[in-house]
Amino acid sequence: MRTIKFLLQKEFRQIFRNRAILAMVMVMPVMQLLILPLASNYEVKNVNIAVIDNDHSSYSQKLISKITASGYFKLTGYDFSFKEAFKLIESDKADLILEIPHGFERNLVREDEQKLFIAVNAINGTKANLGGVYLTGIIKNFNADVRVQLVQPGKFNQQPTITIASSNWFNPYLNYHVFMVPGILAILVTMIGGFLTALNIVKEKEVGTIEQINVTPIKKHHFILGKLIPFWILGNIVFTLGLIVSWLIYGITPLGNILLLYAFIAVYLLAISGFGLLISTFCDTQQQAMFVMFFFMMVFILMGGLFTSIDSMPDWAKFVTKFNPVAYLIDVMRMIILKGSGFKDIAKQLGTIGLFAVVLNSWAIINYKKTS
Amino acid sequence: MEAAVIVKDLTKVYGETTAVDVVSFSVNQGEIFGLIGPDGAGKTSIFRVLTTLLLPDGGSATVDGFDVVKDYSQIRSRVGYMPGKFSLYQDLSVEENLNFFATLFNTTIKENYHLIKDIYVQLESFKTRRAGKLSGGMKQKLALCCALIHKPTVLFLDEPTTGVDPVSRKEFWEMLKQLKAQNITIVVSTPYMDEANLCDRIALIQGGKLLSVNTPGNIIKAYPDQLYAIKADNMHALLKILNGYDEVLASYAFGEFAHASFKNKAVDLEGVKSYLTKKDLTGLELKKTGATIEDSFIKLLKD
Repeated sequence: MRTIKFLLQKEFRQIFRNRAILAMVMVMPVMQLLILPLASNYEVKNVNIAVIDNDHSSYSQKLISKITASGYFKLTGYDFSFKEAFKLIESDKADLILEIPHGFERNLVREDEQKLFIAVNAINGTKANLGGVYLTGIIKNFNADVRVQLVQPGKFNQQPTITIASSNWFNPYLNYHVFMVPGILAILVTMIGGFLTALNIVKEKEVGTIEQINVTPIKKHHFILGKLIPFWILGNIVFTLGLIVSWLIYGITPLGNILLLYAFIAVYLLAISGFGLLISTFCDTQQQAMFVMFFFMMVFILMGGLFTSIDSMPDWAKFVTKFNPVAYLIDVMRMIILKGSGFKDIAKQLGTIGLFAVVLNSWAIINYKKTS
Repeated sequence: MEAAVIVKDLTKVYGETTAVDVVSFSVNQGEIFGLIGPDGAGKTSIFRVLTTLLLPDGGSATVDGFDVVKDYSQIRSRVGYMPGKFSLYQDLSVEENLNFFATLFNTTIKENYHLIKDIYVQLESFKTRRAGKLSGGMKQKLALCCALIHKPTVLFLDEPTTGVDPVSRKEFWEMLKQLKAQNITIVVSTPYMDEANLCDRIALIQGGKLLSVNTPGNIIKAYPDQLYAIKADNMHALLKILNGYDEVLASYAFGEFAHASFKNKAVDLEGVKSYLTKKDLTGLELKKTGATIEDSFIKLLKD
């Protein structure tokens, strides 16, 4: 016990003397939570649209003003031919082209039917997809308006229609902050727990201090624990800071039990620090450790369900995410913070992360050799 | 009395290079034993095997009667090791480093203060300074303190004086003498031949092979030839001429002189001098000189 106490004392002394780490621990969560949720917004605004109006009727004018008034679109071109409009797409001035055919109004009134042409620039996938959906929605809406005007009262309900009204649970206003903040918090905790632990041991290797430690009768597990505990504590501090920031700035407070949240974080930090330790036993320089860690972090974060939903991934990718600790954390964070899930709901994730912690740390201890 | 360190047929191979090639020697208790050899001779590998940091590929070694492979944990609590590269925590202070290593060995500074007292008093005024901010000589002293704090029976010092100024080097060897008086066995490696004379016994090592193990005095005594120190204004030309002179057995540069030995034990010095003068050399100086460890080393290398 005395050895562990001294190891911890030494480790904390070094951390507090390293201003860069301290700044990272204190400033990083605050900055990232302030900036990232505001910047990363899935709602697509300012879709540039070019309209080719071959009809110049009051209906076509109505449709165009409806589109521009929606707030999603910016009319960047009003042309007479598709060729001209396409130039706008080529020069990236337009994302969408809407072509209104000649005789739009006449055919719509006389034949109850008319076709519109939409061309979408799919280079920016999200923008194209959402822009197209928005535009279709607006046209549908326009269509409904037209029907009301044209169809005689009395005949009104003869054609059955299904109207869909949806309401968003747990995040009624589809507020992206609410959705992003727990996820970003998860990534912060991962960065602190994983990176710092990995770099710490490798630094001892690089400087050569580990040589001096290895000739002492210190036990392997003492040494590893002495490295794990400080970053476990730091991780908890970062998490707490993050929770405070998300409460103060975004007004997000966990719906579920906060102790349950901390319990999960406690186990999770063990797992991710264990991962960092494992990486450090394979690397000899901080540069190597940094690159290896970075590789895994990229995969973990991009496949963690923060930006793209895991449910929409192909089956093999879904299988890969089963080995991604970050995916479990993001999932559980959202469950407890937004949905108010209880212990039973997250028991499966907790068990899996617990298993991760045991496997990764044992592997790290076995792989840490005092003799080469 | 059993030897403190016994090395038998020790071999260590890294890929295709044999760093330690069937080396055997033993170190008596309470002596200063020097491993003398140039960089890359295999000194550090031997040290790392003896301090249980490296597994040997062949042969065996015991430290204090414990096998370096089987009883490694016994050895770890018994030996002090000072690696060639300064490897204490640069961001911890002098006192914190010492305290930390004392704790790892389950002891305290107080308990063994008498051992390090003479060295530590010189560091005392820098107690709160970070180790990284110390001068080279001070760092060595601190590293020695840390290696001594658990009262080791055998102390391994890997090139402790490399990169240290001459005054600090001298001080350092004084300290080793004092430690020897406390009956601590010291195994030290160095590339400096002049430090060899300060050891009780030395092993000359080159390319992973031991050339000779003996006391410095005996090694010098064993030098078979009479050496002459020769000097001229143009040293470069002198060395070239000596090399091509068929009376010369061996010749090489040695400080400001050239050392040479002759095939004929009773060589006619005047004859040599006139031969050299004929070759247009000026400012000639020619005298008998005694062999040094370095001469022995060069001789052994050539044989």
